[in-house]
Amino acid sequence: MATGQARTSEKGTPAGEGGLSRREQFFALLQRRGAIVVLLIVVAVASVRFDSFLTARNLENVALQSAFLGLIVVGATFVIISGGIDLSVGSLLALGGVLAALMVPVSWVLAVLVPVAVCGLIGCGQGLLIAKARMAPFIVTLAGLLGIRGLALALAGEQPIGIENDSPFVWFGQGQIFGLTTPIVFMIVAFALGALVLTRTRYGQAIFAIGGSEESARLMGIPVERTKIVAYTTSGALSGFAGALLAASLAAGQPVAGAGWELDAISAVVVGGTLLTGGAGTLSGSFAGVLLLGILQNLINQLGTLGSYTQQLVSGVFLISVVLVQAYLTRKQRS
Amino acid sequence: MLMSGRATGAERSFDWATIGPWLRDRGVYVAFGVMLVFNLVFTENFASVITLYNLLIQVTPVLLCSLGLALVIGTEGIDLSVGSIMALSSAAVPLYLGYGWPAALAIALLVGAFAGAINGSLVAFAGIQPIIATLALLVAGRGLAQIFTSGQLLTVSDPVVLALGQARPFGIPAPVIVAAVAVLVVAFLMKRTTFGRYVVAIGGNRSASYLSGHPVRRTLLAVYIISGLLAAVAGIVATARLSASDPSNIGVLIELSAITAVVVGGTPLSGGRVRLAGTVMGALLMQLILTTFISNNLPFTLAQVLTAGIILVAVYVQRGRGAA
Repeated sequence: MATGQARTSEKGTPAGEGGLSRREQFFALLQRRGAIVVLLIVVAVASVRFDSFLTARNLENVALQSAFLGLIVVGATFVIISGGIDLSVGSLLALGGVLAALMVPVSWVLAVLVPVAVCGLIGCGQGLLIAKARMAPFIVTLAGLLGIRGLALALAGEQPIGIENDSPFVWFGQGQIFGLTTPIVFMIVAFALGALVLTRTRYGQAIFAIGGSEESARLMGIPVERTKIVAYTTSGALSGFAGALLAASLAAGQPVAGAGWELDAISAVVVGGTLLTGGAGTLSGSFAGVLLLGILQNLINQLGTLGSYTQQLVSGVFLISVVLVQAYLTRKQRS
Repeated sequence: MLMSGRATGAERSFDWATIGPWLRDRGVYVAFGVMLVFNLVFTENFASVITLYNLLIQVTPVLLCSLGLALVIGTEGIDLSVGSIMALSSAAVPLYLGYGWPAALAIALLVGAFAGAINGSLVAFAGIQPIIATLALLVAGRGLAQIFTSGQLLTVSDPVVLALGQARPFGIPAPVIVAAVAVLVVAFLMKRTTFGRYVVAIGGNRSASYLSGHPVRRTLLAVYIISGLLAAVAGIVATARLSASDPSNIGVLIELSAITAVVVGGTPLSGGRVRLAGTVMGALLMQLILTTFISNNLPFTLAQVLTAGIILVAVYVQRGRGAA
């Protein structure tokens, strides 16, 4: 938070004046917190318009559907704030699910650990190529998107792999903690831990510094390469974990799961006010972004008359509107 | 022992010094050659005109999209929306065939140009990052195309439109002619016009280009419109080949194949350089890999893994190019 603010003010006053005017502060706040404002408005409107919206059951439904994307978005937020991008998350989610389903007959412990470890390792490999070999993140993770999907399909024999319903592993997708379905709790914990790391630790500060200016970060003695590698490893591990949870939830490892989720993840992060150029952003914004996407989908489903096609149209228009407003606000700050 | 080890080490590094840059520029041709030899040896009935034409026909949509993307990437941009633009233009064909084929084709092209203009305006005038601007259209465009056709497959029976995908003037398949014309036009634009110079200049250093008085915004807008137009042509050709418009399936994930073709062909993602011949070769290479796997009954999934490997190797050998 503190760094995010400092960075915005830095960009806001290139001439180097001391403080921000009240007007500038307002626009800066709106840009960073816009997603939460929009989220509140959407929830308010939806509650009035649809009786069934504000029921515990429907809200839990929205949260559960957002939980898997949410876990991915935590990692994606780190990567994007550091100035990178991770397109491989959807394929890693599929691989995680397939690995979990393959491991269930062996042991439920392995069914959780193996996807996290393997996907984390793949993320680490991508991080190495990006940080050490200085290859463009877009291309490395694009290759990841293709290759890992192929791997997941090959491992699964291009078929969904069923999971026995009596395996303790199923608890990870369908069980309850404090009355909430397990994946929701995992998502909340991931966002909370992530926010803690991002705002309160040296590592979080390093992420912001690298995203702001990689050269400056290097000159300040920040371990740029290590920080980046850890970010991509985290993103991979979280995607794998989300895949395992999704497999437990569906009671099957789907090799085709998560197609296009990399774009949903980027949308959620950008809607949440994180700049794709890196150096600024918040996890609370990303959280709001994920919930917004989930609620939009839920509302379109409730309307019933609109098909899934309309949903795509709405998502696309929504994304570009948010980005246009952001660009406008950023310009306001500068002028 | 030690001496000889050193000697070979020195020799190797000397060889790499000259081979490295050569491979960077010509790697895609080498890879294509290797695949060609492999097929000549292992694939039955490979050396035939039919195989060649099939390869060329199948590669046409990807090739058309990758030509546009080569220009976009040359300006340090990206266009993720080409597949959705294909779907949009494809949907326009059956919807407007009632007004005759010239109207239908013109509207399909206009739709592509308009979609490209939206991308270009967002990038050039609103200052939005290309990946986000075109991501929005990738998501929204296909939805819109499906709404237009109510999510259904609409058949096309107009003989002129079908000819674009299925006719064989002088024995050469029409899509191949379309692709060849597109390659020549884009090559002319890049090599013989100031527009081509501007594209490369903007990708090399946008601020410097702006300060030199280049029409940066107008050029960017034009580049995205060209990309949209080429995607629309790809959509029309795909529709003609299918004899139907199928917005749910046309051009799905083609943006990835097209970007791959451009990058493997030696155009750096960091802009400032456009390699059209390499792009054509890259597209052919990707298609040849697919054909090889299919005709030898190898699993498609392995082709995906191999493609990923080729992208990584191609980008690895091109590393550091962007800075120069």
